[in-house]
Amino acid sequence: MSAFSDSGLWTTLANASLYQSTLREATPLSLAAVGAVISERSGVVNIAMEGMMLTGAFFAVFADVHLHNAALGLVAAMAAGGIMAGIHGYSAVWLRANQIVSGMAINLLALGLTSYLAFSVYGTNGPPVPCVPPVPCSGNQVRTIPDWSIPGLNGIPGIGKVFFQQNPIFYLMLVLVILIQIFLFRTTLGLRVRAAGEHPRAADTAGIHVLRLRFLSVLPSGILSGLAGGYLALAISGTFSDNMTSGRGFIALAAMIFGKWNPFGAFGACLLFGFGQALYDNLQNTTGPLQDYSTLVATLPYVLTIVALAGFIGKAVPPAADGIPYDPASNA
Amino acid sequence: MSLNGSGGWANGVPSIEARELVKRFGTFVANDHVSLQAYAGKVLAVVGENGAGKSTLMNMLSGLLQPDDGEIRLNGRPVRFKSPRDGIEAGIGMVHQHFMLIPPLTVAENVVLGHEPSKGFFDRPAAERKVAELSEAFGLKLDPRHRVQSLSVGLQQRVEILKILYWGSEILIFDEPTAVLTPQETRELFVVLRGLSQQGKTIIFITHKLKEVMEISDHITVLRAGKVVGQLETASTSAQEIASKMIGRDVLPEVHKEPPSFGELALVVRALSIQSDLETMAVRNIDLEIRAGEILGIAGVEGNGQSELVDTLIGLRPASSGTVELRGKSLLVGSSGLKTAPARIREAGVACVPEDRRERGLVLQYTVADNLILGMQDDALFSQAGVLNRGKIRAWAQTLVKQFDVRPRRSDVPVGTLSGGNQQKVVLAREFSENPDLLIAAQPTRGLDIGAAQFVHERLVEKRDTGTAILLVSAELDEIFALSDRIAVIYEGQIMGVFPASSVNEEEVGLLMTGGSTHAAEQSIDLSAPALTQGT
Ligand SMILES: Nc1ncnc2c1ncn2[C@@H]1O[C@H](COP(=O)(O)OP(=O)(O)O)[C@@H](O)[C@H]1O
Ligand SMILES: [Mg+2]
Repeated sequence: MSAFSDSGLWTTLANASLYQSTLREATPLSLAAVGAVISERSGVVNIAMEGMMLTGAFFAVFADVHLHNAALGLVAAMAAGGIMAGIHGYSAVWLRANQIVSGMAINLLALGLTSYLAFSVYGTNGPPVPCVPPVPCSGNQVRTIPDWSIPGLNGIPGIGKVFFQQNPIFYLMLVLVILIQIFLFRTTLGLRVRAAGEHPRAADTAGIHVLRLRFLSVLPSGILSGLAGGYLALAISGTFSDNMTSGRGFIALAAMIFGKWNPFGAFGACLLFGFGQALYDNLQNTTGPLQDYSTLVATLPYVLTIVALAGFIGKAVPPAADGIPYDPASNA
Repeated sequence: MSLNGSGGWANGVPSIEARELVKRFGTFVANDHVSLQAYAGKVLAVVGENGAGKSTLMNMLSGLLQPDDGEIRLNGRPVRFKSPRDGIEAGIGMVHQHFMLIPPLTVAENVVLGHEPSKGFFDRPAAERKVAELSEAFGLKLDPRHRVQSLSVGLQQRVEILKILYWGSEILIFDEPTAVLTPQETRELFVVLRGLSQQGKTIIFITHKLKEVMEISDHITVLRAGKVVGQLETASTSAQEIASKMIGRDVLPEVHKEPPSFGELALVVRALSIQSDLETMAVRNIDLEIRAGEILGIAGVEGNGQSELVDTLIGLRPASSGTVELRGKSLLVGSSGLKTAPARIREAGVACVPEDRRERGLVLQYTVADNLILGMQDDALFSQAGVLNRGKIRAWAQTLVKQFDVRPRRSDVPVGTLSGGNQQKVVLAREFSENPDLLIAAQPTRGLDIGAAQFVHERLVEKRDTGTAILLVSAELDEIFALSDRIAVIYEGQIMGVFPASSVNEEEVGLLMTGGSTHAAEQSIDLSAPALTQGT
């Protein structure tokens, strides 16, 4: 213990800002992961959150700068993510394409498209920079989404900073996680979505329009991934840079599986992964010997995940028909 | 529906009618101008061999498939269904051959799915109450809160029936409902069907078991190869007439069986226990013996440990305890996880016609010839130094194809393009050609038409007569009784009794299969194989 006591680890772990940034990191992961839960519960595998998030990030900045409004930036991010999901849904559901291939295509398309657009729009002047109030914002700066500091509560020692000094999108995310859990397990539509993902023909013979339902279930996944991208662009970085999502979509995918295709479970996994990222960032800023090992330490949550998936939490069983296209006209 | 004179009801307006329906899959015509009529308060039996097009026709009537040509009429009015929802709304409910249930959901959820008792939030208590009421009213006992995956096949079928009753369907279609039931469950189902029929519902009942047709139906439509070949009234026909219409020629006699001539003890199983995938005990402490030249039939409802037993005997699943010996040589070695590699078991003289020939018996993309040497590819006959001798393989395959009457008589086509019966002949040909001491035949005629099933039965008896010990596993009691010299009944992984086939009847075996006990069981003969027949 004492060997570590001056290494910076304990100071880091005891610091509320570690947990504040854990939630900050977990926010985009959770948005993407719980969105994907809906898609996969309906039977459509979605590995394209990365691309949907990246597209969302670009259009958030683009709309924000043009319309001088951060809220409209978020709307554009969700619309862009939704359109990407529409493409994936169209090919996966209606054309019965291979869902992995379609998802990978979306990821590659998003990467190329956003780099290209960023270069052609901002190429000469460089990407827009965040506008920092109270200095008045100039025309081509990014209106960011500032954190809320909830008066009264933010002063509570320890938890005040962690829970009551967060971005509004964090609170929105919490609400969405709960709503999606309720949607899937307490509403008739949620029951039908799960039925479509388990046994689409059974759902079909019970009078459910499986293809339409599946297509519609892919959309929220794109909209929430887009929102996650908007959060990264407008609440975290204040700008757009190439491939700025840097694998978060795939981490969200892992979280969804770790969470056994449950919104609450996926959220829990996102907290763990967010903690890993926050730990890494915080250790980078310390000056102990651990700084050199920060990357290694930060892999701990992922190592734990693999160990857990391999034995402790039991097999993560996907919905029985997840990834299998449904063809109503076949008799088999 | 009281009608004047016998058959007079058939002059009324049918509640549902198919007129010249046509359905094609690619170039294959599954339904070729098929017409039928069904009436309120009557039971129509639709019979035909496997592949005759029965399910296709019913899927069109229920809206799951759309006809390419022809018309469906309800009470005389033409209708057009774009999806099953249209069919349900028009009052048509179908219990599918392969159940349309969602295993992780509860009984109540499955029943109300698509027509839930409230929009928005799912009103679970209301759903459970309605399902409980229905199950009470129709004598289909079930707990609405149980998950479907934990139910037996018979109970799952009740869920299916409750579902169409919940829809309020007036026209009820049952696609081979008895295929998965024990005789007792079948009788219970018939009670329910009669009750529904008396309430004025129209019932269409699909089967290929003629006994059931004679028992339950009022009139009959016979399909053969996608065409209607007969419309009969049950009261004025016979099982023989229906059967000859079904298969297009006179019915073959039962398999001819000489009395067995038993040889040495071949298979000896002692105190064998096996775990299932769910880590419960699938097979519990069973003893079995089979002599050379004997067919031992294992009768049981599916899922009572038969599959696990077969898997262990062919080396695909470790036993937890016990011994298995073939001609005195142990097939189970190792102290923990008793198991021998399948290849070694084959070498020891075990062959197997597996339950699922498409999954386990054949490589569908391979040619008939390649499938015929599967597992024997290293035999000096077929390869030298790892290089296949195509010429020899072809010659060998041609001989077997002829000998087992595989059609088309070609060994160079992918086996997946053959019909089910011919695929099974390929499996049989390969397994027989190994000249095993023990042949395991699991559900050997499942999905085969009468002709092909007859062929398989004859070959199995022939094999017995050459001195092979045969372990037959079948869910069809007719098959068990047609072939077995002795019958062992399995229930929940335990052997409920072993009897000489001549000393029990289908009723008694059926009762044991569901865990009941009978007079016969009390007399349960000793478990050991019969003594050596004189003169062998
Ligand atoms: N979706 C499909 N595609 C191609 N062939 C099919 C399809 N469905 C059924 N068939 C074929 O149509 C024939 C009739 O099948 P089916 O109606 O299931 O027969 P039955 O119910 O009388 O056993 C079979 O030869 C089957 O192989
Ligand atoms: Mg059928």
